[in-house]
This record gives sequence, structure tokens and C-alpha cells, in this order.
Amino acid sequence: MAFTRGFKGRGGGPRDPRLPPGQYDVGAEWPILSAEVTPSLPLASWTFSVDGLVERPVTWTWDEMQALPGSTYDGDIHCVTSWSKLGTAFSGVSVDPLLAAAGPLPSASYVMAWSHTGYSTNLPLEDVADGKSWIAWEHEGQPLTAEHGGPARLLVPHLYFWKSAKWIARLELMDHDEPGFWEQNGYHDHGDPWLEQRFQGD
Amino acid sequence: MTDSAEAPLAPGAWQSATVIDVRPETANAKTLRLRLPRPSQHLAGQHYLVRLTAPDGYSASRSYSVASAPDGTDAIELTVERLEDGEVSSFLDDELAPGDELEVRGPIGGWFVWRGDAPAVLVGGGSGVVPLMAMLRLARRTGRSDLVRMVVSARSPDQLYYAHEIPGPETAVVYTREIPPSWPRPPGRLELKDLPHPLDPHATAYVCGSSGFAEAAAALLQEAGMAVEQIRIERFGPTR
Repeated sequence: MAFTRGFKGRGGGPRDPRLPPGQYDVGAEWPILSAEVTPSLPLASWTFSVDGLVERPVTWTWDEMQALPGSTYDGDIHCVTSWSKLGTAFSGVSVDPLLAAAGPLPSASYVMAWSHTGYSTNLPLEDVADGKSWIAWEHEGQPLTAEHGGPARLLVPHLYFWKSAKWIARLELMDHDEPGFWEQNGYHDHGDPWLEQRFQGD
Repeated sequence: MTDSAEAPLAPGAWQSATVIDVRPETANAKTLRLRLPRPSQHLAGQHYLVRLTAPDGYSASRSYSVASAPDGTDAIELTVERLEDGEVSSFLDDELAPGDELEVRGPIGGWFVWRGDAPAVLVGGGSGVVPLMAMLRLARRTGRSDLVRMVVSARSPDQLYYAHEIPGPETAVVYTREIPPSWPRPPGRLELKDLPHPLDPHATAYVCGSSGFAEAAAALLQEAGMAVEQIRIERFGPTR
């Protein structure tokens, strides 16, 4: 490890064990990062779909989504740009009942998450199943703002946050992995913050 | 730049750079000139990670956009705005000196890049001008200033980065709070009439700045007739 001359660090006690390597605690802030124009998505025409390698593609309207059993995540999120936001709460619906409604085919092993803007990000199916991901529309009890992906975003908090696609439109189940938007632009296909899978080749 | 110079998307390993110059841009921003072990393969608009490591093993890294044009040399320039309570930016701006070694990793980013061969509209606010400066410099260095139109927004004359280099027939500067003596435009936020006109209908817009600036600039570009698909955004959030 190469030391940087004169850099003393924060010198403030032990590192928070919730912080993955190379991350810092952003505190109360929540930086906004996105590559495209923030869309305006009226709830009346908003939809979310699960399709691809499923028994029956399903599309939900906003009201239908709201009627599903609610689910909350209270924990940490980690952005590849090195900030982490610790102990923060999102509410919405677990992805599990949505997958179950569509019925993944045995060949389905990967997911492409698509945004209403055309943004995409790829994930192994097992990383969005079994209580590991949500479609979230509230943050700290307030409606998710458009800048943060509202009306609803995918939430996959155990992976770097670019996997939690803002303005989520659909999950497409696939039988192979395929790079999404940032993954085509140099970022890692999996993105586990505890393994520092930031870029292709990490 | 030739279009065959396809930069590698994987940024590779950390490498040790040598600081060869540090110079102020404004009272709270400095440009660091670094020598890399190998010629930089960056494209205009890309960034590097900089990592600081303390004797106790504590390390912190942040991303900084490259301000210098791709030129095939082993030197790059990063401009670092000193942020309040910014553990990395305050070290870089206050402590770093020529001769120091600095760990860097990059170049990173395949989206907010301009390859120097297509019309581009560059709209930057504050420190958001940094990646756009690499694009302007590339255009000028390759004699393709005709492809580029740039509008930069700064609070005041003393807050404008690259103040002696930006002026030119392809650029315009907007001051939001204070203006230089006899400046024709009154101080105020970026408006539709500040955008280049006519806008090339085939251009790609590169917008960089705070989130608020980026949203406002993107809205103006759409008002001016650009489609959302033509607008690429890089936001400088309050990351420290």
C-alpha cells in the first residue's frame, strides 16, 4: 500500500463496519447521479412489467402496485462513486410476488432492468429474488422524488446503486447475461460493493 | 484525434502518478498536472479516481474529471474544487505539492465522452466546466472548433475556471451574480437566449454541473428543440 505524503485521514476512531471497502459515509445527504434528463412520469399512465422468459408477462398499473402487500427496506445503500448512505428506509413492494405472478421459466437466470428513459442494468436473477430487491416508491416515508427515480425505482441495496434503476419500467428475464447501460460503459456486470466490483475487470 | 483510438473501457489497476504542477484556477479550485507511468488513453469527458492513503491504512478516493485534451502524452490535468469538509479535495488543494506521488485509476466512463468528430453543445455550470474543457481543448487542438459550441455559467468573474483560455468565437460566458465592468449581459441565471443559436439539430449536448443546474440547462435545451436522447448529463452532487 502506497501512503500519500501528508495525508492523515480523518483520524476519527474506528471505521463504521457497515461501510464496504473504499466507501465513505455521506451522512444525511443523498447525492443525485444520473446520465439523462429526469423524466416526468404521470401516475395515471405509469406501468411496471415483468416479461421475457416467464410463463405469462404481467403489467401492473400504479394503483395495482399500491394494492400489493407493502414491504420496507431499512439499511444501507452504496454508490460506486464511493459514497454510502447508512440506515435509510425505502418502502414499496418486494420483487418476489411480482416475479411469482409472472412465473419465471426454468431457463430464466438473468434480468435486464429497464427504465422508462431507456436506461438498463443487468443482474443475475438470484440477486433480485428471495427478499433481496424491491420496487420502491417511498424514501423515509415520503414519495420518492423524480430526481431520485420517482415515482418508483428498483432497489437492490446489496449491490452498487447504479443497479437500482431509477424510473423502473420493467424486468426482462433472460437466459444469459448481457451488459446494460453503465456495464457497456465500463462498469462491472455484478457490482458487489463488499468485493469492490466497480469496473469491468475488478 | 482519429476515430480509431478506441479507449479501453476497463480502467485497469491503480497506478502511481507524479505531481508535476499545481496551479490555482480560482480561490477554491486548483488544477493538478500529473505524470502517469504510461501515456493516458483518456477521451474528452472521462474522469480518474484519486486515492489517498494515511499511515494507519485509512484511504479515501474520489473521482475528478480530466480537464486536459487527449494528446497522447503521459501528462493529464485534473481540476479539483475544494469542498467544505471535503477530506480528499481539501488535501489535494491545500497539501499536495509538485514531486508528490498520487495513486490514480482510470480513465473511467464511456458515456459522457466526446470523440472530437461530431457536433457538440457544451453547457457547464461552475466546476461542471472541467470535463467540457477537455472537449473544447480537443476541438481547438485538432482544428475542429467548428464542431463545438460552449456556454459556461459562473457566479462571478473570479469564479470562472480557465478564464483566460475559454473566450473565443465558439464560447460564451454567463455570470449569475457579478459581472465584469462593461459586460453586456446583466447577471442572472442561464436562459434560453444564452444558448447557441441556431442549435445544430444533430448535435449532442453535454451538460455538467450541480443537479439543479443540470436540470435547468436540460430543460432549456429541450425548449430550444433538442430531444432528450441528444442530451447527456453529468451531475456534480454534493459528494465530498
